[in-house]
Amino acid sequence: MGRLILRRIVQLIPTLFGVVTLAFFMLALSPGDPARVMLGERASQARLDELRTQLGLDRPLIEQYGLYLSRVVQFDFGTSIKSGRAVTEEIADLFPATVELALAAMVFASFTGIVLGVLAARKKNSLLDTASMAAALIGVSMPVFWLALVMIMIFSVGLNLFPTGGRMNIRYYFTPITGFYLLDGFIVLLREGDPKYLMSALHHLVLPAVALGTIPLAIIARVTRSSMLEVLGQDYIKTAKSSGIPDFKITFVYALRNALLPVVTVIGIQFGLLLSGAILTETIFAWPGIGKWLYHAIEARDYPAVQGGIIVISTVFVLINLLVDLLYSVINPRIRLQ
Amino acid sequence: MDEPLLSIQDLKVDFSTNRGLVRAIRGVSFAIRKGETLALVGESGCGKSVTAHSITRLIPTPPGRITGGKILFEGVDLLQIPEPKLRDLRGSRISMIFQEPMTSLNPVFPIGSQIMDVLLTHTKMKKVDARAKALSLLELVKIPAPERRFKSYPHQLSGGMRQRVMIALALASPNPGLMIADEPTTALDVTIQAQILALLEDLKEKIGMALLLITHDMGVVAEVADRVAVMYAGRVVEEGEVFRIFENPSHPYTRGLLESLPSNPLYKETKRLKAIPGSVPDMITLGEGCPFANRCPLVRPECTLAFPEPTTLDTDHKVWCYAIEEEPVL
Amino acid sequence: MAESVSATNELPSIPGDPSPFVRFWTSLRKNNSAMTGLGIIAVFAVVAVFAPALAPYDPLIQIIGDRLTPPLTDGYFLGTDDLGRDMLSRIMYGTRISMIIGVVSVSIGSLVGGLVGMLAGYFGGIFDRITMRIIDIMLAFPYILLTIVIVALLGASLVNAMIAIGISQIPRYARIMRGSVLAEKESDYVLAERSLGAKDGELMFSTILPNTLAPMSVQATLGIGEAILSSAALSFLGLGAQPPTPEWGLMIASSKEFVTSAWWVVTLPGVATLIAVLGFNLLGDGLRDVLDPRLQE
Repeated sequence: MGRLILRRIVQLIPTLFGVVTLAFFMLALSPGDPARVMLGERASQARLDELRTQLGLDRPLIEQYGLYLSRVVQFDFGTSIKSGRAVTEEIADLFPATVELALAAMVFASFTGIVLGVLAARKKNSLLDTASMAAALIGVSMPVFWLALVMIMIFSVGLNLFPTGGRMNIRYYFTPITGFYLLDGFIVLLREGDPKYLMSALHHLVLPAVALGTIPLAIIARVTRSSMLEVLGQDYIKTAKSSGIPDFKITFVYALRNALLPVVTVIGIQFGLLLSGAILTETIFAWPGIGKWLYHAIEARDYPAVQGGIIVISTVFVLINLLVDLLYSVINPRIRLQ
Repeated sequence: MDEPLLSIQDLKVDFSTNRGLVRAIRGVSFAIRKGETLALVGESGCGKSVTAHSITRLIPTPPGRITGGKILFEGVDLLQIPEPKLRDLRGSRISMIFQEPMTSLNPVFPIGSQIMDVLLTHTKMKKVDARAKALSLLELVKIPAPERRFKSYPHQLSGGMRQRVMIALALASPNPGLMIADEPTTALDVTIQAQILALLEDLKEKIGMALLLITHDMGVVAEVADRVAVMYAGRVVEEGEVFRIFENPSHPYTRGLLESLPSNPLYKETKRLKAIPGSVPDMITLGEGCPFANRCPLVRPECTLAFPEPTTLDTDHKVWCYAIEEEPVL
Repeated sequence: MAESVSATNELPSIPGDPSPFVRFWTSLRKNNSAMTGLGIIAVFAVVAVFAPALAPYDPLIQIIGDRLTPPLTDGYFLGTDDLGRDMLSRIMYGTRISMIIGVVSVSIGSLVGGLVGMLAGYFGGIFDRITMRIIDIMLAFPYILLTIVIVALLGASLVNAMIAIGISQIPRYARIMRGSVLAEKESDYVLAERSLGAKDGELMFSTILPNTLAPMSVQATLGIGEAILSSAALSFLGLGAQPPTPEWGLMIASSKEFVTSAWWVVTLPGVATLIAVLGFNLLGDGLRDVLDPRLQE
């Protein structure tokens, strides 16, 4: 097991190297001049040249690449053109918001998706099965941002149940502790016995999490169903039935434990995709995370920020995939014990 | 004759398929007494597995459907009792082992906990006691180093070992009455087959349970069975004590089966196995008559019209055949 | 029906043994999901082709006096948007754009990806290892992020959006093609042809290729749906179609401020997107059921 982990981590290195390389050259070779972006259209040639020298843009491309690589391995992604702050710092500030949203969305999607998939498989071709699979198919066919808007229209504007955006009631003048507002709210509750921060954080999280989680939910439900159907036809389910194990236990323990193997992989992939899907949802829900930030960075052609953002999101994506692979081998004894 | 443990009376099972309705079981009757081994013999597709699965109502429904008959277990009709009551019987009074030991155990749980699970389902045992009982069951089925094997996963065991675990699982009850073994040795090597059969026989003696052995192998039948029911295309054609059937096979199909065995004297002379000519009828288009009529050397006009009533040849030997009266009694 | 007749006639007559196409079509016709999908796609295709004839209004014409007219009022079946443009006409013209984007980007992705996968799978060796490494790196970027970055670099436009979506879809086709080629390469019929002296090109494109079409066509069908969604997302972010193009994603984007006042402006372009994508997903699912022999009982 230990050797497996080590081997997978070593295999990761060339991929990450490739990610950094691709991110660097895609932006370095793209039309447009970062110095011009920073100084605006009316800057003098002298100022432009000065800034280029300062940013190292006058050096040969390969040298810039080497320099960039050497900084990236120290987690230094340069300085944001737009804000003047270190990109690493900006990302670190915003990351908890995105992770919190993605985690909430994923918990919602996994739980609901698995339960729906299991119930649908149990009663194959029943009304519940047909209805939930039709809903799942519609779910994967929707534009996320449209769903987000429709949800805002119905639940925020129409029914006035949830706020339209943000992470916390702005009148609370809240100072984050960890950056994960749910956790922060909980800490405050423990320390001061005041639940209002926790409640407000939760209140703000529901709509974006559900919107972001809908597509993964649909996919997870579909995969769970087909995986369950396959497992329920296996011989060992017949054995369990002939041993008098109660149906409920057969479904949720004997079958589900096996059926979850492919589902775990799908959950991992979807979680990775959620981080990028956040570009759309965060923009709509004014959620101050990486997605919204990256969107504005792209809009402003803030090269260091875009490079940094891409590298970080892709790295997390790759790491999650690795984690899922490892988790898969932990829950699958046939791999674990090899 | 005492009350049988299990008595199947005129069982009928249909399957709906894309091609049409398959009447897989067309009125099967036989009985098993306490502590005896009945072999249900027939070639694949004759309905012997369907019959076995019907006993505990494990026929996949749909497409399968039990359309008639009675299955009396200790006097109670299993086809009439509610599902929860039947579930209580499954694994405690009636247990099953299957053909494929490779796929019949849950791959993600250790074998010990699978046995414990069944014990805990049927008894009010404490976990420690269930563990001890499970261990003793592994020992009973002669698994070496049971303590160490307890935490093994199915994929770590050989086919023969897995079938032993399956048997332990089937015995995981305080009071096993009937074990249904559906081709338990077909998927195993010949040497292992003999071991598993010996184990089954040994356990049957020790525990005093009855065994319904489903097989296509007349050799296996001769070795372990007390009585035999021969099935052909959804019907039982001959039933009786194993000696009587081997000595005096009375249905043309049974005779064909025995003649196609390598131990047949004819084989020793000619070194050629005798095969039954023709092939199994299509179960969708097959009519009401004797299903063997199209291959039968003694076929008569009435054979294709209706299935015969049983003829009793001896105290424990029945045959369903029109041609029987003319046969000289041996 | 006409095709099926001609298809059977081409075969050296084996009575009762229909051609693969006829068999495929017969089982596809029995698949509800595929037929529903095909029906939806057919309707959208007709609307796309005949949009100028079918649309009641010019999609760009602004009748300021009729701004934000609700559906079924004053002869506007689906109402008007904030600039007084007819929603129905805009959605109909949007069908054209989405269909073109779907087909063009999937063509880019499947042709490039298919070729790369074919060469990598067939020749193997160093070329295979390098291309698969690159594909792995491309897959390390989440799909939508890759699309956004590419289009941001190329410049925001509809054409660039198609190119970006096409490029982002390359890896999946390359992988599927490589996988099927690897499986087919060693099969008996290919070995037989090779022993008869067939050349590489011949083997690749006339012997192996037809046998890889099943998984590729399933992926391509699903890919069109995904491309439509991606293009809507890009336009929504301002990276795809530019105003006043009647692109569905762009229509949703410009409706953002009307969530409080005009539901139809927000909802309808999304519903159109949803139904179109649903059509391709249904057809894709159906195709998979029909073409995947493992699922046939």
